[in-house]
Amino acid sequence: MNKPQTIIEKLWNSHHILTDEGESLMYVDVALAQENTLHAFTELEKTGRQVLKPGQIYAFTDHYVPTTGRAKGTDGIPDIGIRNMVIDMQDMAKKYGVTLFGMAHEQQGIMHIVPPEQGIIQPGLFVIGNDSHTSTHGAFGCLAYGVGASEFAHVMATQALWQRKPKTMRVTIDGELGFGVTAKDVILALIAQIGVDGATGHAIEYAGSTIRNLSMEGRMTICNMSIEAGARVGLIAPDDKTFAYVEGKPYAPKGKAWTQALEAWRALATDEGAAFDKEVKLDASKIAPTATWGISPEQALPVTGVVPDPAGIKDAKKRSEYETAIEYMGLRAGMALQDIRLDRVFIGSCTNGRIEDLRAAAAVAKHGKAQVMTWVVPGSMAVKRQAEAEGLDQVFIKAGFEWRDPGCSLCTAINGDNLQPGERCASTSNRNFRNRQGPGGRTHLLSPAMAAAAAIKGHLTDVREIIK
Amino acid sequence: MQPFTTLTAIAVPMHEANIDTNQLCPTRFNKVPRGPKYREILFYDSRFKPDGTPTEFMLNAAPYDQSGIIVADRNFGCGSSRETAVYALYEFGIRCVIAPSFGDIFAANCAKNGLLALTLPEEQCAAIRRQLQDQPGATVSVDLAAQTVTDVQGKAHKFEIHEVRKRCLLEGLDDIARTQQYSDRIAGFENHYYKDRPWLGAAARSR
Repeated sequence: MNKPQTIIEKLWNSHHILTDEGESLMYVDVALAQENTLHAFTELEKTGRQVLKPGQIYAFTDHYVPTTGRAKGTDGIPDIGIRNMVIDMQDMAKKYGVTLFGMAHEQQGIMHIVPPEQGIIQPGLFVIGNDSHTSTHGAFGCLAYGVGASEFAHVMATQALWQRKPKTMRVTIDGELGFGVTAKDVILALIAQIGVDGATGHAIEYAGSTIRNLSMEGRMTICNMSIEAGARVGLIAPDDKTFAYVEGKPYAPKGKAWTQALEAWRALATDEGAAFDKEVKLDASKIAPTATWGISPEQALPVTGVVPDPAGIKDAKKRSEYETAIEYMGLRAGMALQDIRLDRVFIGSCTNGRIEDLRAAAAVAKHGKAQVMTWVVPGSMAVKRQAEAEGLDQVFIKAGFEWRDPGCSLCTAINGDNLQPGERCASTSNRNFRNRQGPGGRTHLLSPAMAAAAAIKGHLTDVREIIK
Repeated sequence: MQPFTTLTAIAVPMHEANIDTNQLCPTRFNKVPRGPKYREILFYDSRFKPDGTPTEFMLNAAPYDQSGIIVADRNFGCGSSRETAVYALYEFGIRCVIAPSFGDIFAANCAKNGLLALTLPEEQCAAIRRQLQDQPGATVSVDLAAQTVTDVQGKAHKFEIHEVRKRCLLEGLDDIARTQQYSDRIAGFENHYYKDRPWLGAAARSR
């Protein structure tokens, strides 16, 4: 009998072209670009190289597009630098013949939300993206890597990528999620447990009953934030839920091809007895609705907790990290997280901009009115249309939330949507780094339901007290 | 790509862990085309006040405005995949970062731009940072071929680096040219790959 293999090894082996001096040349199925990928196109232009397989490269306009006032198209983008990023990327995509989901496309949206919706992402693929949250697509049983501009240019020129085999880590999460606890709380709790470099150099497989019970949207949220634990790759073995999600999508195989695909996809899961370099376990029943209090995703606590007191920390380095975080965030040691008052709330991003996220937020928004400026930014036009068909937009508008157009918006804060210095935002995005949402901005990461709860109370709030 | 062989340069100690790529290059500068402007962009939000006047941040004044090496703590370059973080380091004159660990994507981006992201154990990094703290402006030397870092006190520290990364840096080798030698192998692989996976029609359309 063959040695049992992990899904990571299976995916690795099926895309492995050759080994040279200890590095592997890997075949890339799909590459995902965004406006910042202009740097990669510029590299190609400089060297006069061509895109080898334009049909396997997909370009998205998400980072720089406005989330309001789109009637005039790119002409309506007031800042010339931002406008040119969108226009130049669209032009570059056309010039090189890659598939473009431009600003006016009816399927426009975030590069980690549109490809699954379109069936571009299917189990078993090697996906690369010019964005660190490309790990999102691991939710379909793909090996999905975030890469920089140079590696992206390399893929465009050769359809291959040099890699060294990552170490493997299995994160097994078992148990039933408590009331009001979502995928976002799970991933924040995991990062708090293993740290922001807890999975550096590793590819993660998420397993266990909790993961099995999550929807595809929830699984994408988990895989999305793998990079916040240091892992370039985070994935989940595909199952019937995965197949049901992919089936019938525009790029999905049909008829006989679908049957063939299913057979191959069912063989991807990790074999019984396969060994991982590292094993981590998490008890889902112990996870509470969670929020970050600091400037690193690992600085997260149950919303019922208090801001830690650095004085009580023995490790000098950690103590100084906590002091820096508390100072930047303008908090007091020992204060209850629920006493943290907010200036803004943001619901959206590649982490939490999907339909299920908006449903969860709307279910809470029903119970009150926004006390602070609150934005809902759907992850794609498809999500937007679906939400409108379900009347979620009306729920948000009635609650005083702003209903906007799809894009990365206030997560990466580069399209003109940003916090003012000192402003504090409860955000469903993925990074609470200093200045992330704008210079001097302060970010608390949480789930969509928790964000909506924060919006109608004006401070961090335990969502379980609203939707009893 | 400019080769990296040996380097002796002023080294700046950075004690904070988890310095992310947003700090190295704040997001709003990602649209700047590669070039000398990135010198000013490095650590912009730490180096400049909102009104644009310089802060006390150490890279703004002698001797550290001439730094060629950063000695950092764990998880340097975590976060976003932006290669502009490396452009900013490069334009400032930084050619080597020494740290106990790096963000994976950042480390790969460094290698593609002739910048050496070099790993030494946590205690050794901390010791070198203390030496630099005591002697601001002191130099550190790196010899890539010999795989050694010579600290302020003249002590040599051996470091590990993958053979390929080392060779590419030493020769300033263009990765794409290296891969294109294998074009036939890639094409051969592709033929088999799609024959075994007839359902991959959408991707196959471009062939």
